[in-house]
Parts: sequence; structure tokens; C-alpha cells
Amino acid sequence: MKVQFSDISMRFGAMDVLQDVTIGVEEGEFLCIVGPSGCGKSTLLNIAGGFLSPVKGTVTIDGDPVTGPDRRRIFVFQERGVFPWLTVEGNIGFGLFDLPDEERQRRVAQYVHLVGLEGFEKAYPRELSGGMKQRVEVARALAVNPDVLFLDEPFGALDSITRLQMRSELLRIWRAARKTVLFVTHDIEESVQLADRVVVMSARPGRIRRVVEIDIAHPRDLSSRRYIELRDLIFGEIGLAHQV
Amino acid sequence: MSRSRLLPLTGILVAVAAWQLGVSTHPSSLIPGPIAVARGIGELAARGLLVKYVVASLFRVTWGYLTALIVAVPLGLALGMRRRAEAAINPVLQVLRPISPLAWIPIAILWFGVGDLSAIFLIFLASLLPLTVATMNAVHNIDPIHLAAARNFGIPLRARITRVLVPAILPQLIVAMRIALGVAWLVVVAAEMIAVNSGLGFLIVDARNAGNRYDLVVAGMVLIGAIGIVLDLLMRRIERLDSVRWGYAAE
Amino acid sequence: MSSIEHSTFEKLVLPLLTVAVIIATWSAAVKFSGTKIFPSPIAVASAIGTLGEKSLLWRYIADSLTRVFAGYAVAIVAGIPLGFLLGWNASLARAVNPVIQMLRPISPLAWMPLAVIWFGVSNAAPIFLIALASFFPIVVAAMNGVRNVPPMYLQAGRNFGLSTWQLMIRVVIPAVLPRIIVGLRLAFGIAWVVLVAAEMIAVDSGLGYLIIDARNAGKRYDLVVAGMLLIGVIGLLLDTGIRRVEEWISE
Repeated sequence: MKVQFSDISMRFGAMDVLQDVTIGVEEGEFLCIVGPSGCGKSTLLNIAGGFLSPVKGTVTIDGDPVTGPDRRRIFVFQERGVFPWLTVEGNIGFGLFDLPDEERQRRVAQYVHLVGLEGFEKAYPRELSGGMKQRVEVARALAVNPDVLFLDEPFGALDSITRLQMRSELLRIWRAARKTVLFVTHDIEESVQLADRVVVMSARPGRIRRVVEIDIAHPRDLSSRRYIELRDLIFGEIGLAHQV
Repeated sequence: MSRSRLLPLTGILVAVAAWQLGVSTHPSSLIPGPIAVARGIGELAARGLLVKYVVASLFRVTWGYLTALIVAVPLGLALGMRRRAEAAINPVLQVLRPISPLAWIPIAILWFGVGDLSAIFLIFLASLLPLTVATMNAVHNIDPIHLAAARNFGIPLRARITRVLVPAILPQLIVAMRIALGVAWLVVVAAEMIAVNSGLGFLIVDARNAGNRYDLVVAGMVLIGAIGIVLDLLMRRIERLDSVRWGYAAE
Repeated sequence: MSSIEHSTFEKLVLPLLTVAVIIATWSAAVKFSGTKIFPSPIAVASAIGTLGEKSLLWRYIADSLTRVFAGYAVAIVAGIPLGFLLGWNASLARAVNPVIQMLRPISPLAWMPLAVIWFGVSNAAPIFLIALASFFPIVVAAMNGVRNVPPMYLQAGRNFGLSTWQLMIRVVIPAVLPRIIVGLRLAFGIAWVVLVAAEMIAVDSGLGYLIIDARNAGKRYDLVVAGMLLIGVIGLLLDTGIRRVEEWISE
């Protein structure tokens, strides 16, 4: 197991937010965590990233327990995580401070190309669209060659059309880079479109209700029967009707 | 000349014309008109006082302001990052804040005598508090995501301060610096009226005392206003730099 | 530790500790430097006590408060309508703004000689200076407040058929109120500072006068520092009072 959560429990003050969460993530897997608001999915991710300490349980990555933030596992936030005072180049190269200049420039160029932002190297984030900024953040995360990527509702602030495009982009980049990805979302459709497996969390206190394997090959047809089946399965787990 | 330049110019011209009118229709009042003031400025230049006084005032502002900046920014950063330190010192800052820098004049004279050092000390005091508080507040307003990202990438503490903290607070800090510079300029003039023997503030007091030269008094005021604007415009230039611009709402 | 305990500790104990440390250091510094002039904390406290007994202190405070409120009121009455006008009419703003920007950096104290010409040595001079100093921030706050009313509010108002006058009263004023109050609070801070400075020069009563007089008439630095502390505390109380009003309004 690349990432292993064992009996993770978390409490804020008197409030239990996570209870006995145990799950393993394989190397190279794309795992989605979905659940209603407040189910602790972001908290779980923060614990895995080393930004929070659980009151019980451990997270190990490659067997080593997580004790703090580390460059081998990078968080991708929403597009506002991009540093506004740096250009695209500056942002992508941010974590590469210990490389010689030439090497750093080469790497930055490589990832600019990977996320499709050629021509915008010297642009500042305020000149970019939401989707472009998100791509800068992904490139910045990948440039340091981490083992694991954590994405916490990264597309939340984007409009729905951009969101669809960014999902395809993310999958393309993921397949090229072959990283282990933990992706938190409240959007059930998004999880079925992206993930190899979907972890469905219950409402607070967060527990794992079910783990659903998405056995559809990419590119996934959003009208296929299997897609709709799996999607409805998850809807049902969360207790949502699918009629408006 | 574009319309947007025309209007401000018109406004100024109207104000000056009204001034001249007011003076012409009330010859008995001692207030000089714009022409007398312009002549006054010329006289100061001829006597070599113009440059001397302007330089003296600017010199004091620069030293007092820069010293305050060098102390305030690290102090503000430290306080902003340590909630306890800030909670401890905040009430003291709140009590010091309403005290006019000029109220420190007796103490300044006691410690530094009458002269440049007193004035510089007063400007230092006047700038220190606002700059420290502004830095502290700017630190509070940093998006926590940026700090988390810096830790994530394994950036050591020192580098986090220089590569993330300082760039992130720059927009707010520069605005506060501009305002503090304006205050410093006000204070230097006031300080010079009381505590030193040169400079634009002194000019105003001296011109009146040594012969009711109100044309020189108003000339001094015009110069003060003009330099104040120039300083303000210079700071606004800095606000337009790319590494600072990002922090202001859509232009 | 629960979060409530944490904040009482922070808000009360830490500041008190800091103040205690400051007083202790101050005491020690006075003792070890053997100064005969600079007062110890005890001397200052007893000076405040003596002042309090003599009705002089209360008279001075009353005088200061009267002046600052009078000047401030004038600034409000003149500044808010003008600010509204400038915020509403962009062309007017472009024409008048440069004049404002030119006059603003001129230290209120630099207007002193003119004030004396117009008003003589009396209460009116400080009131004029306070009004002048507060006028600019109030105008700017009102102007920006009106300018920044979200256009969709105005659109909605017109949609419902409101006339311009009604628009002003029912949409613009409530929308800008919070922002203007903040500007008013900042302007009052300036008024308070200018009050003290003005009293140091132009009158013979009040807290500012107390400081200068205590020094001139006998190097009573204990009174000087006492006066400074009073200025700080009273200024803080007034500022807190306005903040309460701010909070009350925004709910």
C-alpha cells in the first residue's frame, strides 16, 4: 500500500469529526473521497498531508508514519493557492529552490508544457483564468516530483464548463505522470468520472460507509449504463433522491 | 489634452482664481494672493533658502521614516506571527496610538535637545506605530493556504519569511507606508515649527515672527503641499509594480 | 485548555504582565540612570492624583473635549454633503480632487498662522484646525463610500421606480453608512491628535497645553508624562466608543 490510513479518529473541541477510518491506497491509484458537507473528508486529507494530527490512529506513506508536511506529498488547493506575486514560471519553480538554475528552468519548461500553458510563462496569476491558475497549481505540485498528490475540491471555484475540461486535463496529466492521487469532492458525478475507487463517507462523525470500485475504462462515457449505475449507487449510499 | 487631464487642471485654476479674487476684494486682510506667493517662492530661491529648507525637512523625514520602517517591519512580522506576543502588547499600542507625536516634544527635547535629532525622533515615533500595526494586520490577512503550501514544499523558516510572508504582505504594507509617509511629512513640519531652526516648518513660524511676511508663510505652505503630493505620487508608483499590484482589487 | 480560557488569559493576563514589565523597567531605568528630571512611574501616578484633586484637570479635559467635538462637528457638517456630491458626480470629483489632494498634505499646524489672522488667539483657532484636519478624511470616506455603492443596488432601486432623491435616502445612505462610520472613526483619531498639537501652541488650557506648560513653567516632567497618558487613555476611550457605535449600526 502506498498510503495507509489505520483507525484514524479526529476531534475538534468536543466534536467528533472522524471515526475509525481505515483504508489503503495503492501506488498510482486515483482515489476519490466523497461525502456530505462536514463529513470530515477535508480533515482526512489534511491529516494525510501532515497538517493536522489525529487523536487516534496513524497514516503511513510507504510505511513511514506521517508527522508533518513534506515535499513528497503535495497538496493542491483551489486556484487561489497560486502565489499571486509570482509569475507562472515563478510558481511552478517554487519548490525547486535547491536545484541549479539550468536544471530548474528545464523542469519548469517541462511542466509548463505538460499542463499546456506554453506562452504564459511570464504571466501573473491575475491575468489568468480560473482554469489556467488551477493548472499552474497542478504543475507546481508535480514539478517537485512528489509520491502522492492531495487535491481538496480543487475545481470548486470554477464554472461547470471549465470544471468538465479540467477533469479531462487532470486525468491526462495523471496518466502521464503516474502519481498516486487522493481527491476530495462533494460532487458525486466528479468522483465517478475520475476515480479508480470511490470512498463514500457518512455524515459527521465521518466513517467510511462504502468503497465503490469504478471499473470503467477511460475515457468514460457519461451516458453509459455502467456509469449511471455506479453513480446512482453512490447517490443512494448518501441518501439522495435523483429527481429534482 | 485628454478630457481627464482637463478637468483637474480646470479645478486647480478655478481655485487659484477664486483665491486671487478673494484677496483682491479684501485688500486689508493680510493674506497674500497667488502672485505674491509666487514671488515669495522666487525670493526664497534667490536667497538660497529654498533648497536649504527643503533639504533639511526631507533629510529629517527620510532618517526618521526609514529607521521606523526598519524597526517596524520585523517587529510587525514577529507580532503578527505570534498571537500571544500580539495579545500581550496590543493594549499598550492602543493607548500609545492616540497620543500625538507632538506630545512627545518635551521628552524629545529632554533627551535630544533642540535640533535635528529631536525632529528625527519625533518622526520615528510618528511612523513606528502605524507601520507596526499595519504589518501585523497584513500578516493576519495572509491567505493561510499560502503558508500551508510553503510548509508543504519543505521551505525552511527563514526562506518562508522572505519568499512567502514578505511578498504576501507587500501590497498592504506599501499602502500603509504611503499613508505613514504622509503623516511623517505632516509631523516634520509641525516638529520644525516648535523644535528646530531650519526647514519648511521653521520657515513658516520664522517668516511670521520676524516681520509678518505672510507671503513667505503661504509660500511655505504651498511648498509643503507640493512636496507632500510628490511623495505621495512616488509611493503610488511603487504600488504599480507587478510584485505589488496583484494585491489591489480589479483596476 | 478550552478556547474560552485561552482568550481570557490572552486578553487580560498577558497585557497586564506586559504593562507590569514596562513599569518595572521604567522604574529601574529611572533609578539607575540617576536622572533628576525624568519621572518614575510613581511620580506620574501621584501627579495624576494631584491634578485630579485640583479642578484644573477636569477643566482642561472639558476644554479639550469641547474643542475637539466642535471642530469635528464642523468637519462632518461640511464634509459629508461634499463627499456625497463628489461621489455621485464623477466629473465634479475629477475637477475638485486635485485641489483636495494638494491641500491635504499641508500640516494643520502650518495653517496656524492663517488661523490666527482670521480668528485671533482664542478657542476658534484650534477648532478651525481640527475641523480642517478632519474635513479631508471625512470627504474622502464619504466620496469613496458613495462611489463604491454596488451598481446593482442602484439598478434595483431604479427598477422599483425610485426618484434620485429617494434613491439617495433609501439605498445610498444605508449602503454607505458602515463605511462612512469607519471613516468617521479614523477622522476622529486625527482630530484628537491635531487637538493636542493645536493646544500646544495656540491656547492656554486643555491637555495639550498642560504638557507644554508643565515643561515650560518648571520642568514638571511628571505632569508631562501624566498628561501624555491621559491623552492616550481618553483618546482610546473615545475611539472605543465610536467602535461601539459602528458595531451597533452594522447589526
